[in-house]
Amino acid sequence: MTLEEKVIKLVMEQLDVTRDECVLEASFIDDLGADSLDLVELIMEMEEVFNLEIEDDELEKIRTIKDVVDFLKFKGVK
Amino acid sequence: MKRRVVVTGLGALTPLGNSAQESWESAIAGKSGVGPITKFDCTSFNTKIAAEIKNFDPLQFVDKKEVRRYDDFILYALAAAEMAMADAALTVSPEISTRTGVIIGSAIGGLATMEHEKEVLLKSGPRKISPFAIPAILPNLASGLVSIRFGAKGPINCAVTACAAGTSAIGDAYKTIAHGDADIIITGGTEAAITSLGVGAFNSMRALSQRNSEPQKASRPFDKDRDGFVIGEGSGIIILEELSVALERGARIYAELVGYGCTSDAFHLAAPPPGHEGAARSMLAALNDAGLSATDIDYINAHGTSTPLNDLYETQAVKTLFKEHAYKLLISSTKSMTGHMLGATGGVEAMFAVKALAEGVIPPTINLDNPGPECDLDYVANTAREQEINTAMSSTFGFGGVNAVLIFKKFHDK
Repeated sequence: MTLEEKVIKLVMEQLDVTRDECVLEASFIDDLGADSLDLVELIMEMEEVFNLEIEDDELEKIRTIKDVVDFLKFKGVK
Repeated sequence: MKRRVVVTGLGALTPLGNSAQESWESAIAGKSGVGPITKFDCTSFNTKIAAEIKNFDPLQFVDKKEVRRYDDFILYALAAAEMAMADAALTVSPEISTRTGVIIGSAIGGLATMEHEKEVLLKSGPRKISPFAIPAILPNLASGLVSIRFGAKGPINCAVTACAAGTSAIGDAYKTIAHGDADIIITGGTEAAITSLGVGAFNSMRALSQRNSEPQKASRPFDKDRDGFVIGEGSGIIILEELSVALERGARIYAELVGYGCTSDAFHLAAPPPGHEGAARSMLAALNDAGLSATDIDYINAHGTSTPLNDLYETQAVKTLFKEHAYKLLISSTKSMTGHMLGATGGVEAMFAVKALAEGVIPPTINLDNPGPECDLDYVANTAREQEINTAMSSTFGFGGVNAVLIFKKFHDK
């Protein structure tokens, strides 16, 4: 599974959204119906799955699925 | 003149069934909802029995995300409220939204969530605590999420009066409508405290039955061999409406809520005093509120917890207030079947009282084989009784000395 697919699978489970809704440009808040607490929970799940820590100032920059993928790549996740 | 308040919808999730109707049918059939605890490993606990909800599928009422986040006490309330609204054929249109309120009581709130998140904290550290922990623990979030679900923007509150919480909530809802602050209120109680900490802590108080070998015989209010209450869980929600609003929309009216009384024992943090005069005063306060005499009461759905003290002192309180009429009225404890659902019990028992009025059937007190000393009233032992009644009282008492009593009456249009 590619990194994109792994992230999308997580987003689908956490936010209870469909695969079709999860285009890379989808904004968690505007397109996927998440609120700030959903986002915190999603990031915590990412930390768990990818075994890393995401600081609050980094969290603020994450708005779309692509942001997450780019961030994980930057952190060296494959 | 006081605005009149009627009951137009019933919803419940109880150890006896996953709807108000199923719970009612099990109750008048004298079934027990008690069994071995399945919710946690109770091997090392003195009590190994409880009245749990069975085969409840929350996905019928909420989505996967909500199931993961909300504590059971919230899920139970959402389910019961959904059923009560459907039963009342009520939707909250924008025109009535600000006149529609929610008051749902809970004794403890999200105990299982609290326990789980403390485990997460100890095991993985503070960063791993769920951002949904606080909203899932707060007792008023049942009311909050029900109001979001239905768009009810009127008065909102939550009674947290231990085992009287459901009754306090309904009493407050009734007063809020009678006073003119709302026309419709979704009200009742909810609880999900069959957890290791809940059972362990009640065990430490020596409050729970330990009749582990005979779960279905463990809750035996007024019987001489009663040895404590059986913890239950669930939710009972009723829809209250101001009479003219209900009539205008052609709602089916189950009964009228005519009185509420509330008093404090100011005595002990958990135990009632001998004679339980505070309970007698709360019944009297409800009678006065309703403008009724003691002899007008046909049926009491008792608190009847199956603890040695409650059942004796409650009986004494009924005798103090009702005098010779105490021996004529019918009194039963449906906790003999549902167990004690703590904050939910007031909601569920109000529903049973209303059904008894509407159907002319009195649910029994099961397991009443040999009445205890001084327990000599007509407790409708073991089998339901067909009898038309005009008034039904529902009593619940809670730790902290709370006594809360409602009186329902058959509805007549004048």
